[in-house]
Amino acid sequence: MVTFIYFNYMITENNNSFLRIEREDLQGLIEALAESGYRVIGPTVRDGAIVYDEVEKLDDLPAGWTDEQQPGSYRLKRRDDRALFGFNVGPHSWKKFLHPPNLRLFQAKRNDKGFEISNDNQPAPDLVFLGVRACELHAIAIQDKVFINGPYVDSVYGERREKAFVVAVNCGQAGGTCFCTSMKTGPRAESGFDIALTEVIETDQHYFVAEAGSERGVEILEKTRTRKADESEKKKAVEIVEFAASRMGRNLDTTGIKELLYRNHDHPRWEDVASRCLTCANCTMACPTCFCTTVEDTTDLTGDHAERWRRWDSCFTTDFSYIHGGSMRVSVKSRYRQWMTHKLAAWIDQFGTSGCVGCGRCITWCPAGIDITEEAAAIRKNELQRENKEQQDGNA
Amino acid sequence: MNDPMMPSIWRIKNYRTETADTFTIDLVNEHGQDGMTGMHFQPGQFNMLYLFGAGESAISISGDPRNKDVLTHTVRAVGTVTRALARLKRGDVIGVRGPYGSPWPVVEAIGNDVLIVAGGIGLAPLRPVIYHLIAEREKYGKVTLLYGARSPVDILFRQELEKWRGRFDMQVEATVDNARQGQTWHGNAGVVTGLIPRAGFDPSQTTVMICGPELMMRFTIIELQKRGIEEDAIHVSMERNMKCAIGLCGHCQLGPEFICKNGPVFRFDRIRDSFRKREI
Ligand SMILES: Cc1cc2nc3c(=O)[nH]c(=O)nc-3n(C[C@H](O)[C@H](O)[C@H](O)COP(=O)(O)OP(=O)(O)OC[C@H]3O[C@@H](n4cnc5c(N)ncnc54)[C@H](O)[C@@H]3O)c2cc1C
Ligand code: SF4
Ligand code: SF4
Ligand code: FES
Repeated sequence: MVTFIYFNYMITENNNSFLRIEREDLQGLIEALAESGYRVIGPTVRDGAIVYDEVEKLDDLPAGWTDEQQPGSYRLKRRDDRALFGFNVGPHSWKKFLHPPNLRLFQAKRNDKGFEISNDNQPAPDLVFLGVRACELHAIAIQDKVFINGPYVDSVYGERREKAFVVAVNCGQAGGTCFCTSMKTGPRAESGFDIALTEVIETDQHYFVAEAGSERGVEILEKTRTRKADESEKKKAVEIVEFAASRMGRNLDTTGIKELLYRNHDHPRWEDVASRCLTCANCTMACPTCFCTTVEDTTDLTGDHAERWRRWDSCFTTDFSYIHGGSMRVSVKSRYRQWMTHKLAAWIDQFGTSGCVGCGRCITWCPAGIDITEEAAAIRKNELQRENKEQQDGNA
Repeated sequence: MNDPMMPSIWRIKNYRTETADTFTIDLVNEHGQDGMTGMHFQPGQFNMLYLFGAGESAISISGDPRNKDVLTHTVRAVGTVTRALARLKRGDVIGVRGPYGSPWPVVEAIGNDVLIVAGGIGLAPLRPVIYHLIAEREKYGKVTLLYGARSPVDILFRQELEKWRGRFDMQVEATVDNARQGQTWHGNAGVVTGLIPRAGFDPSQTTVMICGPELMMRFTIIELQKRGIEEDAIHVSMERNMKCAIGLCGHCQLGPEFICKNGPVFRFDRIRDSFRKREI
C-alpha cells in the first residue's frame, strides 16, 4: 500500500533562503539533480516549438529563443539576449509525464481455468520537471484533486507525482494568450515547488534568484554553486514578475462565472462558436488540466492474449458520450458547451476550483483561433443586456 | 491487488435466458472475500463486467442482497460487449470490478409507502430493492410496483412478477406498449405512466424509485408531481457512457455530477436542472 504525501513543500517566508545562481552555474544544478538519480525534463526547441524533453546540459535549453502566441498561431523568434527561459508555455504540458497518454492497464492470458489478469506497472521514473510555470503548478495541483483526492486513487499518477522534483521558473513576460492573473494562478510561483527560479538579465550580468520550497530543494541547492542574494537582487526578481503580470495578453472576468454558464445553457453564442469549431480536440489535448481517458481492448492473432489500454480522450468526439441508441452530445454546440462549461463552471462544483489556469494553450493551439476568454465574455455581454432588458420591462 | 481498474475473475454458475435479448447470469468468485462466493452490495449498485478481449460494460446487480453465494446480473444484449456476454455459457469466466455507485434509498424509505416504477431492463436494477422490501416488509407502508415492457414477450422476470402480484402486501401492475406482438395478453396496454392512477400511495409519505429510459422517467415524474409527490421524494437511476466507474475518466458527467460516483441513483431535486437541459 502506497501512502501519498505530497505537500511536503514548506512555506518559504524566510527571505534569508534566497540565493543567487550565475547563468552558467545552472549547469551545476542540472548535474546535482542528475547525480541524485533524476532524469531532468525541461524545455527544448523541436520542430519549431518549445516542448518538454530530456535535458542533459545547459545548451539543451532554448537559449535566446522566445515565442509569439496569438489565437491559432505560435511562432518561435530570436531574442537579443541569451535568456534560458525567455518564453511562455508551449504545446506540451507536464500532464504527459504524470498522466501518460497511453497506459496498459492490464494483460489477460487464457489458461485452463479460463483466463488470468495481470498488470506489469513499472515503477514511476524519477523525473525533474525543470521550468514549471506558476499556471502549470496550479494545473498540477488541480489534477492532484482529480486523481488523488477522490474516493479512488489513480496510483500511476500518484506515484509519478510523489516522485517528481519540481523546479519552477517565474515568468518574466506574458504571452499573447496568457491570462493567469485573471485565474489567480500566476505569474509568481507561490507554492508546490522544490526550487523556484527567477531569471534576471541585465547588460552586464545574467543570473537566477533561487528559493527552496522543500527539504530536497535545499539539499540540491547545497550541491549547486550559489551565493546569498542581496536585497537589490531580490527586489529585481520581484519586479520582473510584476512586469509579467502587467503584460497579460488576455483577460477573463470570473465573477459568478459558474452561475453565468449554468443559466446560459441555451445562449445563441453556443451556435456561433459551433460554426467555427472543427471538433479537432486540440484544446483538450493541449490543456494541462483536461484529464479524460477512454479504454481500448485488443487481442493478438492467437486470441489467447488480450490487453486493455487507457488513452487520453476528448469530450469533443461523439463517441465520448455514446450510449446504446446514440450519442448524448450530437451537435458541435453541445460538445463545445460541455468543454467550456466543465472547465469554468462544473469543475468548481466537482473539485472546488476552476478547471482553467489561464495558460492560453487552448487558444494558441486551436486551428480556428477560438478563444475561451472571448467566448465567456460574449455570453456575459448578452446576458447583461438581457438582464437590463428584463429590468426595463419590469419598470415599464 | 488494490488497483481499482483490475477486475477479479468470476465463474458463471448459472445462465438463464429471460427474453429474446435478455439473460441473467449468476457468478461465483472461488477466491472471494472471507470465503464468500458472492459479493456484498447495496440495491442499485453496479459492476463493470469484463469480457476477455472485448471490453467492459456497466451492469447493475439484479440479485438478492442477502444472497452471499452468487452475484447476479441481468443483461440486455445491445452491442459489442453485451452481445458477446450473451454467448457465454455455464462454466465460462469473466472479469468483475465493483460494486460501484450510490444505492436506492431503502433506508430512508423506512416507514413510508414505496412506489417503484420500472421500464424495460430498468426492472433489473430495482429487483434487489423488491427483495429487500419483501425481506423487511413490516418496516414499510404500501408497496407498489408499476412495470412497463415493450410487448408481452419482453416482460422480464415474469414468474417472479406473478408471484409478487399474488402477495397480499404488494400491488403489482404491468403494462405493454404493444399488445399484439407475441403471446396472448389480457393485461394493460399503453405506457407505464397510465398505471399511476391505480397505485395506492400517500403522496406526503411516499418514496419513489424510477428506472427506465430517460423519456419514460421524465413523463413519470410529471405525472407524479401532478399527484402531489415532492421532488425530494423521487429517486432516479441515470445512465451515461462509463469507462472507469471510479470518477477518473470523465465520461459519465451530467452537468456537475459524475454518475459513476455520485450516482447512478440520484434524488431528483439534486439533478433536476441537468435533467431538463438538452444534450448536456
Ligand atoms: C450504471 C449503469 C447500470 C447499467 N445496468 C445495466 C443492466 O443492469 N443491464 C443492462 O443490460 N444494461 C445496463 N446498463 C447499460 C449497459 O452498460 C450498456 O448497455 C452496455 O455498456 C452496452 O455495451 P456494448 O458494448 O454491448 O454496446 P456498444 O453499443 O457496442 O457500446 C459501445 C460503448 O458505449 C458505451 N455504452 C453503450 N451503451 C451504454 C449505456 N447504455 N450505458 C453506459 N455506457 C454505454 C460503453 O462504454 C460501450 O463500451 C447500465 C448502464 C449504466 C451506466
Ligand atoms: S482551458 Fe485553455 S487556458 Fe484554461 S488551462 Fe486549459 S488550455 Fe489553459
Ligand atoms: S475549440 Fe478549437 S481546438 Fe478545441 S476542438 Fe474546437 S477547433 Fe479544436
Ligand atoms: S465512468 Fe469514468 S468518471 Fe464516471
